[in-house]
Order: sequence, then structure tokens, then C-alpha cells
Amino acid sequence: MSGKSFLQKSGPLLLVAPLFLFICLFFIWPLGSVLTQSVSDNAVARLLPETAKVASSWDGQSAPAEGLQAAFVTDLRAATDEQAVGDMVRRLNSAQSGFRTLMSKTLKAVQDKPEGPIDLVALDRKWSQPQYWKAITDALSPTTDRYLLAAVDLMRNDAGEIISQPPKQTINVAIFGRTFWISATVTIFCVLLGYPYALLITVATGWKKQALLAAVLLPLWTSLLVRTAAWFILLQEQGLINSALMDLNIIADPLALIFNRTGVIIAMTHVSLPMMVLPIYSVLLTIPKNLMPAAASLGAHPLRAFVRVLLPLSFGGIAAGSLLVFMSAIGYYITPALIGGAGDQMISSFIAFHAQNSGNWGMASALGIVLLVVTIILYAVYERLATQRERSA
Amino acid sequence: MPAKTLQWLFGALMAAFLIVPLLVMMPLAFTSSLLLVYPIPSFSFRWFVELFTLPVWQRAIVNSLIIGFGTTALATVLGVLAALGLRRRLPMIGGLIRTLFMLPMVVPAVVLGIGMQILLARIGLANTHLAVIIAHTVVAVPFVIVSVSGSLAGIDRRVELAAASLGAAPQRVFSKVTLPLAMPGILTGAVLAFATSLDEVVLTLFVAGPNQRTLARQMFSTIRDNISPAIAAAAFLFIFGTLLLAAVVLIVRRKKEVATI
Repeated sequence: MSGKSFLQKSGPLLLVAPLFLFICLFFIWPLGSVLTQSVSDNAVARLLPETAKVASSWDGQSAPAEGLQAAFVTDLRAATDEQAVGDMVRRLNSAQSGFRTLMSKTLKAVQDKPEGPIDLVALDRKWSQPQYWKAITDALSPTTDRYLLAAVDLMRNDAGEIISQPPKQTINVAIFGRTFWISATVTIFCVLLGYPYALLITVATGWKKQALLAAVLLPLWTSLLVRTAAWFILLQEQGLINSALMDLNIIADPLALIFNRTGVIIAMTHVSLPMMVLPIYSVLLTIPKNLMPAAASLGAHPLRAFVRVLLPLSFGGIAAGSLLVFMSAIGYYITPALIGGAGDQMISSFIAFHAQNSGNWGMASALGIVLLVVTIILYAVYERLATQRERSA
Repeated sequence: MPAKTLQWLFGALMAAFLIVPLLVMMPLAFTSSLLLVYPIPSFSFRWFVELFTLPVWQRAIVNSLIIGFGTTALATVLGVLAALGLRRRLPMIGGLIRTLFMLPMVVPAVVLGIGMQILLARIGLANTHLAVIIAHTVVAVPFVIVSVSGSLAGIDRRVELAAASLGAAPQRVFSKVTLPLAMPGILTGAVLAFATSLDEVVLTLFVAGPNQRTLARQMFSTIRDNISPAIAAAAFLFIFGTLLLAAVVLIVRRKKEVATI
């Protein structure tokens, strides 16, 4: 008897457990890895364990003591993994320019003389300057906020204060700005086109209603890749739109519709439109049909009745649809990659570029975390609106 | 122009905007031209022949099938179990767990892709079919949960209670009453999981090696590098495959309905 009640009590949990474990392992853990990657900085620390031990004895101002230099040489002798050394040099060079040449000179000297002390200052005058040693000791800490700061174009100066990056290196804020701007434009187009369309579905009857609804649902069931490829065919220079316009003598030369902002916005609006129409439609369905005639009978101009009655009542649908469209748009990768030009790539492309082409996982992860946080905040707002609507309904 | 006409003109234009891009691809799958443009010079199966004989496309089709069916199996089993568990009211944590299960739909694919690549490499699964199946399952499982939960919510509890009161053991109630009634939702969820896997590009870019290139991944790079009508033929297979699956589900559902009546 007690066995049965135990099963009944824990049954649901046992059923949920496999997926829960799966999601923890293959969803939460990967996202956690992105977070760790964005703050971890062990390219230098893992190769210089001896240096790390004596680093605290140095005051950071004067030329470093013999002990620190000797430990550094010991570590360099022990470092045999060429790729890891390359990572370390790249990391150091990004903190202090001039490290690349300095390190190749030093590494060669270390190789030539596998034993005994090496006079680093005699090898290169730069080793007498504290800023090079400062770059090394700064990089010894296993965690860093430099990627996260760089993701929003900030950095720390020598005194450790947060300042903005030199103007030439600021690019990420502009790309986030572009991402939000494209997404906002798409959202606005979706509202402007989607609201009247949803309204039309609500008032339509019979086969017209079915046809209008089917036109929204069919794209939703069609592969995103196929839809994007279709826009490629429509928008290209000899594409259907250009040839139709030229056959009708509306234009003489083909319009530039692909590999630019226009194409990206058209294709993204098409892809996102159903996500706008459906929430608005579901809210419009709940509004009593006699409100607009009632407003008209009280003497309200149709426009006034719309602005004062219908629009406020359907605002929940517009808000839900806009959040949904904007939230998914900021993460777009495929459509801008295939339809856009170099100037229309959104933040996802840059994240993929940092990870796959330049192997800069720290930067890719930091940008990813910023995108993730924005998305989660928008989703939380969306969920809140949805539960509020459920409660009031 | 009267307002009514204007209204319908807008409706027709919008419907065209939504639908034409879906149709425009189909005829180009049968072009004899080397270019992916209209007009079509003459009818030809050459691109389908290329799809089924060129090793890159062949392998991509096989990979898509392996990964698609693997994802469907894994996502359906995990999703159905979880939906059954979530059906009972789990005080406090029920809502949280459901939100957690839905999150993969929301999280930007590129961010998840980076994390997956780091993790799968760490646990030694990088560049395997299993890795791609796992990644696809994470994003496919929400669809299974939504559709199975929907059909479970539609089951009248009294039917199950009646079966139990007539002496059916819990397992028997489940296999003879609950499961058949939930079957339409389970099948829909399975088809959605397969379609999700078939269409997935971004996660695949991160977790698949050259031997796991799927049809979608191959289409993506073909559009990017050397656009050819082969992608129209592939798209045709895509749409045809999804329609075929949907038809199978519809027929099975119809049969079930007839049987239960």
C-alpha cells in the first residue's frame, strides 16, 4: 500500500526526470559553458604556473625582480604545446602590443639555451619596462571581465577603471545597434501589415476567412530555409520581381533588392509575419463584435472609434506579437547570411565568425551572453503579459 | 475605389505576399537550365538526378534521414514521458519545469550552438551523428510537449476513471485508454520533431563535422557559394517529404477516429 502511494506521488516526477536530466545536460550545461567561456581567461595562466606563484611578490611598478624573470623562463621551457603558446602570445599581444615580436625573440632564446638563467633585459630592452610584466601578471588571473566589457565596447585602463574603447576598435555596440534597428524595423512592418490583416480575418466569413487563415498558417509550416531560398530567387537581379517590373516597363534597370538591407527586411518580414498576425487575431476574436457599431451609433467617426475602442482593447495582441517577432528577429542568422550584404550581418553572424573563423571563443561567448540576456528579458516580459491576459480572461 | 474593394485588394495582396514565395521554388526544381531563374527553358529531371547521384547530396540525404529519425525517436520518447508527468499537478515546480522545457525555442540558436560545440567536444561526442541528434532533440522537444500536452488536456478524465472503476489496472488504463486518446497529439509531435530536425541549420553548423552534413546544411552552403537549381530540387524534396509525413499522420488519425467510433 505504501509502495503504491509512493509511486503515485513520485510517478509524475519520474516521468519528467529523463527529459529534465537531458535538458540539464544538453541545454543548461552548454549555456553554462558559454557563460564560463565568456569570463575565463586561462590562455596565459595554464602555461605559466611558476610565474603565477611568484607574481604577487612583485610591486607592479619597478623593473621585476630576478625571481619573477627566472620563473618566467622556467615556464617557457616547460611549455611545449605550440598551439597553447600561440594562444598565450595572442592573448598577451591583445593586452600590450609589441608582445608578438618580443615573445618570438624570447622563445627562440629559450630554445637555444635549454638550461641556466637567461638575461631577459639583455635580450630585449622591453623586458625592463614594467608594462610588459604587468600585462603578464594581469593575465594570470583565471577569470576576466575583458570579453564581457569588450562585447559592449568597454575596457579597463591601467588603473583598472572601466572606460570606453578607443573609437577605432568600437564595433560591437554598432552591431548590436544594427541588430536592434533591423529587428525593430521588421517588427514595425509586421504590425503595420499584420494588424489590418488580422482584422480582415476577423471580419471575413466563409471561404475568404479560410483562405486568409491558410495564407498565414502555410508559411509557418514551411521550412525556414526553403522560404529564405525562395526570397533569394525572387529578389535576385534576374529574379521574378525585377523581371516582372521590367516587363511592365515600370523600371528600366533592375533594382538592387538582394545583398542589401531592403532584401533582408522584406524576407525577415515575410518570415515573421505569422508570429504577429496570430496573437493579434486571437485577441481580436475575444472582442465583442458590437462595440464598433455601438461607438458609431454614439456618433464616433470610424477612425475615432478605432483609436479609442478597438486599438486599446487589442493592444495585448500587438504587444505579444511585437515581443515575439522582435525576440526571434534579434537572433536571426540564416536570413541575413543568405540575403544580406556585408553591412547587414546581425550579431549572430559575428558570434559565429568569432567562434568558427577566428577561434576567439571568449569573444564569441561574451557577445552570445549579451544576446542571451536581452532575449531572456524580452521572454520574461512576454510570459508576464501572457499570464496577465490569461488571468483577466 | 470603395472601402470594401480596397479591403479585399489588401487582403489578396497580403495573401500573395505570404504564399507566392512558397510556390515560386517548385517549378524551378524541374528546370533544364543551369541557372536558378525564370523563365524555365524546358522541363527536366536533371537536378533530381544530380541530387540522387552526386555523392555530397546523396550523403546529405542519408544523413538527414538518420538524424531526422533519431531525433524523432528521442524527442518523442522524452517529450511524451514529460508531458504525461506534467499532466499531474506538480505543486510549485510544475510551471517552472514547463518553462525550462520551452526555453530551447527561445534561446538564440547561435548561442546554443557555441555552448553545444564546447560541451560535445569536451565529452568526446564532437563530429558524431549522435551529437547532431542530441542537438536537434533539444530544440525539437518543445514541439512534442506542446502537442502532446494539448491532446492530453483534451482527454475527459471521467473516461479513465470509468475504466479504472471497471477494474482495469493503471497500466491497462494507460495502454487501452490514455495512450490511444493521446495518439493524435503524439503523432503530430513526432512529425513536428522530424520537420524541426530536417530544417535545422544553425546548430548543425556548430556540432556537425563533414561526415554529418545534412540536407539543410548542404542547401545552406549551396545557396551561399554556388547557387544552382539543385537547391530547388532539394526544397521540393523537403516540402514533399513533410507533406507525405503529414498525410500519413492524417490517415492514421482518420483510421483511429473511425475505429473509436
